[in-house]
Amino acid sequence: MEFFSPTDLLGSSPILALGLFSLIALLVNAFLKNSAGMVFYVSAVGIFVAIGCSIYTFPMNATAFSDMLLVGGYASFFSVLFLVIALFSMFIAKPYLEREQYHYGEYYVLILLATIGMVMLASSADLITAFLGIEMMSVSFYVLAGYFRGKLSSNESALKYFLLGAFATGFLLYGIALIYGTTGTTNLLRIVTMYPQPFNDPLHIIGWGLILIGFGFKVAAVPFHMWVPDVYEGAPTPVTAFMSTGGKAAAFSVFLMTFSVPMSMRDERLMTVLAVLAAASMLLGNWFGLSQTNLKRMLAYSSIAHAGYMIIGIASATPMGQQGIAFYLVSYALTNLGAFGIIAMMEKENGGNLNYEDYAGLGKRKPALAALLAMFMFSLTGIPPFAGFIGKYYLFASAVQSHMTWLAIFGVITSLFSTYYYLRIIVYMYFKEATNHEEIKLPGLTFATVILCGAGIVLFGIVPSLIFDLMKSIF
Amino acid sequence: MQSYIPIFLMIGVSAFLGIVFLVLQRFLGPHRPNPEKLSTYESGMPPVKSARERFSVKYYMVAVLFILFDIEVIFLYPWAVNFRALGLFGYVEMILFILILLVGYLYILKKGALQWD
Repeated sequence: MEFFSPTDLLGSSPILALGLFSLIALLVNAFLKNSAGMVFYVSAVGIFVAIGCSIYTFPMNATAFSDMLLVGGYASFFSVLFLVIALFSMFIAKPYLEREQYHYGEYYVLILLATIGMVMLASSADLITAFLGIEMMSVSFYVLAGYFRGKLSSNESALKYFLLGAFATGFLLYGIALIYGTTGTTNLLRIVTMYPQPFNDPLHIIGWGLILIGFGFKVAAVPFHMWVPDVYEGAPTPVTAFMSTGGKAAAFSVFLMTFSVPMSMRDERLMTVLAVLAAASMLLGNWFGLSQTNLKRMLAYSSIAHAGYMIIGIASATPMGQQGIAFYLVSYALTNLGAFGIIAMMEKENGGNLNYEDYAGLGKRKPALAALLAMFMFSLTGIPPFAGFIGKYYLFASAVQSHMTWLAIFGVITSLFSTYYYLRIIVYMYFKEATNHEEIKLPGLTFATVILCGAGIVLFGIVPSLIFDLMKSIF
Repeated sequence: MQSYIPIFLMIGVSAFLGIVFLVLQRFLGPHRPNPEKLSTYESGMPPVKSARERFSVKYYMVAVLFILFDIEVIFLYPWAVNFRALGLFGYVEMILFILILLVGYLYILKKGALQWD
């Protein structure tokens, strides 16, 4: 009996490599004293190996383990993105955790485990692997959110995330059950071949609706966004950076892949539901963002709004929208990692130095840092020549292409709102006098990562074809 | 929808029977209230104090770890039943599975999660 072929092993090599290195990291952590630094290097090596595996499998276009996993193309593209995010958030985390005296090896092991889940999500060709990936990622996130176990806010964040996340997972699983009930398979590739027949079954539509709730929660779309501000604020800053970029990108990669199945019908009702979800997220996210005084909370609401922009790409169901999402995820990940990296450097013990006022006069105190943060804010607003602009352009254009011009107009108007709170930080940095003259330490590792992120958004903003050429072979 | 009728019938009948017995015992059964009947049952002994005590968090740790390794055995069961059919492939897979759990076991052992004090 043939159970698996070498293609299967090669196709799942990024997952296997990450799994192997997380086990090694765990053992190093258990058997060596004061091994946090060692675990950091082991994990980094693991991520580099996994990146190598993903790039190697990129030209392949196959499935592994009897159509359970996708190999190459789409999966590789997103895997590399997640792995880079994981690496960057590790770089941001190391100096931060050392300063907060919470530098333990478990942190990096959890990051690796979450990344396994993410890679699995991007490569899932089956609803079961998607579920497995989502759980693996989320469970690691629950633990990471509560990583500062001595801090009340961190505990609160973890508990809220866990309770609501577990509830949302229930919806997802029930949806999968209904899809299985109406088609007899959980495999996306096989469900597509059955269309349009199962689409007439109301239970099938309900199934997709329930899955939509599950994914809506994971990508933080309104009305499933309630957990976002509290969780993002309470979690340690590097964890927030990882969750808001890696977690969102992973959730979107699987959202896009699974919903390409029902959206292939171009069903008017489903498109409207998604469009309304997108519109609500953009409106509420940007609206509530206006009144925030805490930067982490502001970025949490901004993350809701950006989920809205990206759902436009799914609602439009065009290749342009899909490419727009993929590009937007790259630019959003780099921008947010950079912004959170700066916040992590500015932050003082016990959650101090997180408000707008604390950034007053930063333009004079640390010109380089202020310039980088200004760039990230411009990119989030969607001002050229930064990558955020190109992403937004593609998403809005895809809405127009699908005859949802109202959604594009709505998107532009709500991004106008967002200008206020993104640019406000720039006003504070450059046009207000500093009230706080404490020395700001810039740890080299974090600062280098932030500079890399900044270089990335400029590069992809000026030469977006670097990514779009890659995507021609994916979608 | 047709095939669900027996299920709805079943739900209806069981709900009806449940209500009927509850109502009947109210009318037919003897009614002799006694405070002893309301107290907690502890094998005939009078209860000492409230059951709502605080437990050491160590119990939870042990309980959670127990569940983990208990589930491992549940996964071993179907494999053991189909051992011949799965052959060498199943054997290698199971060894891998146990090795992964072994890493977890070594981790908790070294971290002192199984030490009571």
